[in-house]
Amino acid sequence: MTLSTMLSTMGAGMLRTCAIFFLTILFSLPLGMVVMFLRQSRFGIVRVITKIYIAIMRGTPLMLQLLMWYFGPYYLFGMNIRGYRLPAIIIGFSMNYAAYFAEIYRGGFETIPKGQYEAAEVLGYSGPQTFFKIILPQVIKAILPSVTNEVITLVKDTSLAFTLAYNEMFSIAKQIAASQTSFMPFVIAGVFYFIANYAVAFGMERIEKALDYYR
Amino acid sequence: MILEMKGIQKSFGGLEVLKDISLEVDSGEVVSIIGPSGSGKSTLLRCATFLETIDSGEISYMGVPAATTGPEGYALYVSEAELRKVKSYFGLVFQQFNLFPHYSVLKNIMDAPIAVQKRDKEEVYEEAMELLRKMNLENRADAYPCQLSGGQQQRVAIARALALNPAILFFDEPTSALDPELTGEVLKVIRQLADEKMTMVVVTHEMPFARAVSNRVIFMDKGVIVEQGHPEIVLGAPTQERTIQFLRNYQR
Repeated sequence: MTLSTMLSTMGAGMLRTCAIFFLTILFSLPLGMVVMFLRQSRFGIVRVITKIYIAIMRGTPLMLQLLMWYFGPYYLFGMNIRGYRLPAIIIGFSMNYAAYFAEIYRGGFETIPKGQYEAAEVLGYSGPQTFFKIILPQVIKAILPSVTNEVITLVKDTSLAFTLAYNEMFSIAKQIAASQTSFMPFVIAGVFYFIANYAVAFGMERIEKALDYYR
Repeated sequence: MILEMKGIQKSFGGLEVLKDISLEVDSGEVVSIIGPSGSGKSTLLRCATFLETIDSGEISYMGVPAATTGPEGYALYVSEAELRKVKSYFGLVFQQFNLFPHYSVLKNIMDAPIAVQKRDKEEVYEEAMELLRKMNLENRADAYPCQLSGGQQQRVAIARALALNPAILFFDEPTSALDPELTGEVLKVIRQLADEKMTMVVVTHEMPFARAVSNRVIFMDKGVIVEQGHPEIVLGAPTQERTIQFLRNYQR
């Protein structure tokens, strides 16, 4: 197999990898915000459930969680899981990353001094105005480095989708490597992840720089 | 009467911080509140600005009630909408300035009048620049709070409060977080406002300032007003033993 055939075969997988990545980001970032608020709910029972959820998400392997999300509906409810592969992967990744993001957000909100809320209140800002205009922009600045870390981890974690035999780039690389007894697919995969993460780090650094105008 | 507080009581946990405090402030008056730390003076200010809720008592601004006595004797606040209106009557300057770090000086001043009071942007801009001139900061309009000294930040915070055109302005130890050489520039601005007959209540440790600027000095200790009156009397010839003691310790 020539290098270009290898690349084009793996190319389709790269698209699927990107799909996992972007869909997970799309769902987990806002979901993390929801989880954070539930974790600080007025209702004790909601807080407890959310804490357990976060503990499970962070305390068990993501690979195991993916298997649960995919096979769980079949074993528990006898559901037909054909065509359910990608949704299971996106649910698994999003639920897992939301737990991490929730904790990052919480840390971010804790860095905002009480005086910011009080100043906004005395100046007459409404609740939503205070949140979106005053607090959130400062939280975003505070959490960017931690979010960058998570996003980079996510790029690499997409390879875990191979456990559900979803043909993303890494699964294809393994297949080609086995059938062609070649080391090349792994090199290509490595270069792909490295470039993707370089782009992520570059982009996040630009955003951090753009927010550097204040402390 | 701009502000009327009657029979204010406030406890934190089991600790009674304000015991039946009454305070009236008339238009154009400058009132200084002094007292040892833990005397309840900051809490009184925070209750007056609704950052803390009172347990019992009454608060009204410009004759509009904000908190009244409910049927069970506890304080009863008016609805959120009515409170919003009352809140527009006062401004508060914090010890720690609490400027919004992500907004420029100009935006710190202009944002609330535009976003909260829905006023015309051009008009607010003219007024903000006028305020900055008054604060001697017109050349720092585009700076960010982190680029300013503490004294400059506090002057921006005063301008920010004034931009909403409050009827009364509260100061919670406005110079306590500043280096000694920077307190002067802030006190000068407050003095200037006093000359313009701005109604103000200032919690402060600056006795010479309180003496020079205020019409009335209130000495608080352990949650009660021990003594109040003309600054020359309270600070110059106090009658209460506790006041004499406090001022003696202060001079040391």
